Amino acid sequence: MGNRRFARIALLLLLLLACLAPAAQAEADFGNLYRLYSQAGGRDFNPGRGKDFWLKERAGESGEPMNCASCHGADLRKQGRHNKSGKPIEPMAPSVNKDRYTDVEKVEKWFLRNCKQVLRRECTAQEKGDVLRYLSQS
Amino acid sequence: MKKIRTLAIALAAALAVPAWADDSIWKWAISLERSKEARPVSLPRYADECGSCHYAYPPGLLPEASWRKLLAPQALPDHFGENIEMKEAERTELLDYAARNAADHSLTKRSRKIVASLGEQPAPLRISEIAYIRRKHQKIPEAQIKGNPKVKSLAMCDACHTQASAGDLDDHSVVIPGYGRWRW
Repeated sequence: MGNRRFARIALLLLLLLACLAPAAQAEADFGNLYRLYSQAGGRDFNPGRGKDFWLKERAGESGEPMNCASCHGADLRKQGRHNKSGKPIEPMAPSVNKDRYTDVEKVEKWFLRNCKQVLRRECTAQEKGDVLRYLSQS
Repeated sequence: MKKIRTLAIALAAALAVPAWADDSIWKWAISLERSKEARPVSLPRYADECGSCHYAYPPGLLPEASWRKLLAPQALPDHFGENIEMKEAERTELLDYAARNAADHSLTKRSRKIVASLGEQPAPLRISEIAYIRRKHQKIPEAQIKGNPKVKSLAMCDACHTQASAGDLDDHSVVIPGYGRWRW
């Protein structure tokens, strides 16, 4: 009898856990990203250098100056707007956007695309680490 | 008995008549696909990946040959001026999905009309180049689309088609920013 009761309670507990599990959300994982970029040769990631990189003006396709803020917006805690399509871009600040920096592959994908787009080359591990250090503080 | 025969004839006529001019009439007649709109996007990765930059166009708005050109490996670094490089596994997943649901593999009204209007341009890269789509929008003054800063181009379906994300591109749900509900 006691055994059966135990089994019933265990089952209930399991069910409860199963309900709670999907509510657990992925969190921003800067540690993992810094480790990745350190292994790739970056060191002493610095938010000041990251900020300079973020705001440095570079020549756009038709010669007009542009920087990261051209699309991501001047305020990291607010939505940006794509310079051509006008599509809103969700805030970069982890303090207001919990979805950012939770998926390493996604971070890498967008670094690749955006660096090639704006700098016409891939970013170095140092640059990526510095920028992340800057963004992580917003 | 007579009733059943009348019903059968009526049914056959209802099935056949609207597609009379279509060469895919027999495929269409036996198909269960009866919707007007192109199949709505059903692959979450497609909705996410395409939708992070622009309206995730239902694949049934372009023929397979168009999707093969758009999502070819060498096409990704310059996707209408944007770099959209992605992992090979992701690219093939998106392309397979788009190809399977392309206009020429779908019998919805929109997809059939699109394919029928392709003519000498069998694989357009832009939906706005399709004769059927252009015809559907020709009465709208240019100032309301191209000259409208909140729309900018015929490619921005969801700027005016308020139900576009659900795949509904019917004119009843059109609201042109700054001009209001579209009326014929």
